[in-house]
Amino acid sequence: MREIRYREALREAIAEEMERDARVFIVGEEVGRYQGAYKVTEGLFDRFGAERVIDAPIAEAGFAGVGIGAAMVGLRPIVEFMTWNFSAVAFDQILSNAAKLRQMSGGQVSCPIVFRGPNGSARQVGAQHSQSMESFYAHVPGLKVVAPAFPRDAKGLLKTAIRDDDPVCFFECETLYNVLGEVPEPSEGELLVELGKAHVARAGTDVSLISWSRITHVALQAAELLAGEGISAEVVDLRSLRPLDEATLVASLAKTHRAVVAHEGWPYGGVGAEIVDRLQRLAFDELDAPILRVSGADFPMPYNAKLEQACLPQPQTIAEAARKVCYRG
Amino acid sequence: MSNSVLLGIGETKTMSATPTTTSHAAAESGARKGEPPQVSFDVFRVLRDDGTLDPATDPKLADEHVVDLYRSMVRTRVIDERLVVLQRQGRIGFHIGSLGEEATIIGSAAAARPQDWIFPCYREFGALLLRGMPLQRYVDNMFGNANDPVRGRQMPDHYTGRQYKFGSVSSPIGTQITQAVGFAWAAKMKKDDLATLTYFGEGATSSNEFHCGMNFAAVFKAPTIFLCRNNGWAISVPASKQSASDTFAEKAIAYGMRGVRCDGNDLFAVYATVRDAIARAAAGEGPTLVELLTYRLSGHSTSDDPKAYRKEQEVEGWKLKDPVVRMRAYLQKKGLWSEQKQAQVEEETDAALKACVKAAEETPAPSLESMFDDVFAEMPWHLREQRDELLKGPRAKGHH
Ligand SMILES: Cc1ncc(C[n+]2csc(CCOP(=O)(O)OP(=O)(O)O)c2C)c(N)n1
Repeated sequence: MREIRYREALREAIAEEMERDARVFIVGEEVGRYQGAYKVTEGLFDRFGAERVIDAPIAEAGFAGVGIGAAMVGLRPIVEFMTWNFSAVAFDQILSNAAKLRQMSGGQVSCPIVFRGPNGSARQVGAQHSQSMESFYAHVPGLKVVAPAFPRDAKGLLKTAIRDDDPVCFFECETLYNVLGEVPEPSEGELLVELGKAHVARAGTDVSLISWSRITHVALQAAELLAGEGISAEVVDLRSLRPLDEATLVASLAKTHRAVVAHEGWPYGGVGAEIVDRLQRLAFDELDAPILRVSGADFPMPYNAKLEQACLPQPQTIAEAARKVCYRG
Repeated sequence: MSNSVLLGIGETKTMSATPTTTSHAAAESGARKGEPPQVSFDVFRVLRDDGTLDPATDPKLADEHVVDLYRSMVRTRVIDERLVVLQRQGRIGFHIGSLGEEATIIGSAAAARPQDWIFPCYREFGALLLRGMPLQRYVDNMFGNANDPVRGRQMPDHYTGRQYKFGSVSSPIGTQITQAVGFAWAAKMKKDDLATLTYFGEGATSSNEFHCGMNFAAVFKAPTIFLCRNNGWAISVPASKQSASDTFAEKAIAYGMRGVRCDGNDLFAVYATVRDAIARAAAGEGPTLVELLTYRLSGHSTSDDPKAYRKEQEVEGWKLKDPVVRMRAYLQKKGLWSEQKQAQVEEETDAALKACVKAAEETPAPSLESMFDDVFAEMPWHLREQRDELLKGPRAKGHH
C-alpha cells in the first residue's frame, strides 16, 4: 500500500471533504497564503480560493466564535488553531457555546464544527507552547475528542469528524506530521474511521499499554524493549478519547490482566485517570495488579532539552512501569 | 508635538441615534462625556530626510546621549544578526529579533523613566539590555542553561527581568497588554509614580487583550503607554488583512484615548512621543496609544522565510528607511560618528557575544531537581515525592 505522511493524510481528508461538500471551509491563522504554519493546508488556498481557505486575524476567540456562528446556519467549518495551546483564548466559545448549543436550545440548533491543530510537546517550545490540552476538552459534555497516532487514522477520523453533526476537537501533534504510514489510495474508496473506536496497534498477552497520539509510538518502542525481556505487551491505541471505547480496553485486559496508561500532559484529573477509573470498575476481576500511569511531569514544561526529555514519557519509563505491573524487575 | 495636526474627533462624529429608553443623561442629550480624545493622523517626525532634525519637534537630547542610543541600536542589530547565524548552525533553537525595528524599541525604552515598567512582546531584548541586563544573562536564556534567569523553562527570547522592571515575555499574543494596564492601574491606586510601557505588533490589535486593555486603561485612566509596532506583517498576514482601519492609531478614538502616529524608524520621534505620553500619564491624563510605523526587515523569527509571501521590492524600499542607517547619517553629518567608531562597536559587540556564547555553551543544563522549584511558593509534598522518585529512576542517569 502507498505510504504518506500524517500531514498529507490530514490534507487529503480536508481536500476530499471540501470537494465533496461545498459547506466545508477552513479558517485559521496562516492557513491560506502561507499554506499553514505546519503546512497541513498546503495547496488548499490555490485549489479552493480565499473564500473557503480563510486567513484569520490573530483572534482565536473571534474565529472560533465566527466558526460556531457559521456552523449554526448549516456550514461545516474547520477551525485550525496554530497550536491547541492558543485554543485557551477561545475556550469559552468551545466550552460554553459549541459544546452546549444543541442542548441549551432544546435541540433547535446544532454545531457541526471541527476544531483542530497540533497539541502537546514539540521539542523545546517551552511552558506555553507544549501543553497537552485534550484533557480539558475531553472533560466537556457535548464535545467529541479524537487524537490519532497514525496517518490512516488521521485521515479517516478527520473525514468522519467533518461529517459529524456535533463539535469535534481533533488533536494532532507537530512531531507526528512527518510520520509515514500506509493509507489507501483515494481511488480505493472513502476512508472513514468511526469515532469512539480504539484499535490494537500491537497484539500481546502479558500487559496492555494504553495510549494515544504521539505516545502510542513511544508505547510501541516500549513494547519492543519489553519483548527483548520476554514480556509480551499489547499496545492499545485509543484514537478517540471521547467517546471512549471501553469494550476494546476491557477485552485487552481480559487477555493481559495488567495495564499501563501512558500519555503526555499532566497526570492530575486527566484522561489517564478516567481510563483507570473505568477499568477498575469494568474489569476489576480481570486485574492482577494495580494499573499504573506514566504521564508528563506535574508542572509546566521546561525548555531545556535535557529537562524536557525528563518530563516526557519515554520508552524506558513506560517499560519500567510495565515491569512493575508484571512484578518483574 | 506642535507639527502634528490634532483632530478633535468629537466635532465630526457625535452620537446620532439617541436611545429614549435609557435614563443615562449623556445618552439622552447625545452629549459627549467630556473632552474628545485627540488622535493625530499625521505621522510625527523629527529626523528629516536630509539627515537634520526638525527644530520644531526636536526633543533636544544631549549629543552624548544620542551617540549612546545609537550604539545600543547597533549592538542590538549585531546581536540579532549573530543569533540568526547561531540558529542556522544549530547551536540555539530559536531567535526572534528586531531587525529594522531598533528605533521603536531603543527610542521608547530610553524615554521611559527608571521607575517605569516595561511589559514586552518578544522583540524587545534591546530594551532589556538597555535597562542593564548583562549580555551574558540574555545569551544564557538563549541556551536555557543553568545560568538562564528563567532557569531553562522558557523558549529563547522569553526572558523576565524583574530587577530591570521588565515583565515576562508571554507567548500567547496580547497577554502583556492587559497585564501592563493592571500594573499601571494598581500603581496609581497605591500612588506610586510610575507608568507602564507595553509593546505589541499591529497583529495583536486583533486580540481580545488589546480591546480589554485599551478599554480598561481609558476608563480608569491607567498610566499605560500602548506601543504598537506596526511593522507591516504578522508572520505572513499583512497589516491590511488584520484591520480594516486606515491606521492603528485611530483605534484610540473609540476607546476615548489619545492616539499618536509616529515614524518608528526615527529614534528622535519615538523618544519625543513616548516621553510626552509618559508625562501626560504621570499628570493624570491617562493612557496613550502610539502607532510606531516601522518594518520587520527579517523573517518573523528564525522559523520563517518571508520570501514565500512578500516581495523583495517592498523590503528594499524599507531598507532605504532603515533606522540604523538614518541615525548614522545624522551622526556623521554632525561629526559625532566615524567609520572607525562604527567598526569598533561592531567588533566589540561581536567579541562580547562570542565570549558569552562560549560561556553559555560551557554552562550545564539546569539540574533535574530544579524543575520542581517555583511551581508554588513552597514545594508541596506531592512535588517533593515526584522529585525524589525522578532522581531515583532511569531518567536521572547521567545527571547529578
Ligand atoms: C494567541 C496566539 N495566537 C497565535 C500566536 C502565533 N503567533 C505568534 S507571533 C504571531 C504574529 C504576531 O504579529 P504581530 O502582533 O503583528 O507582531 P510582530 O510579530 O509583527 O511583531 C502569531 C500569529 C500566538 N503566539 N498567540
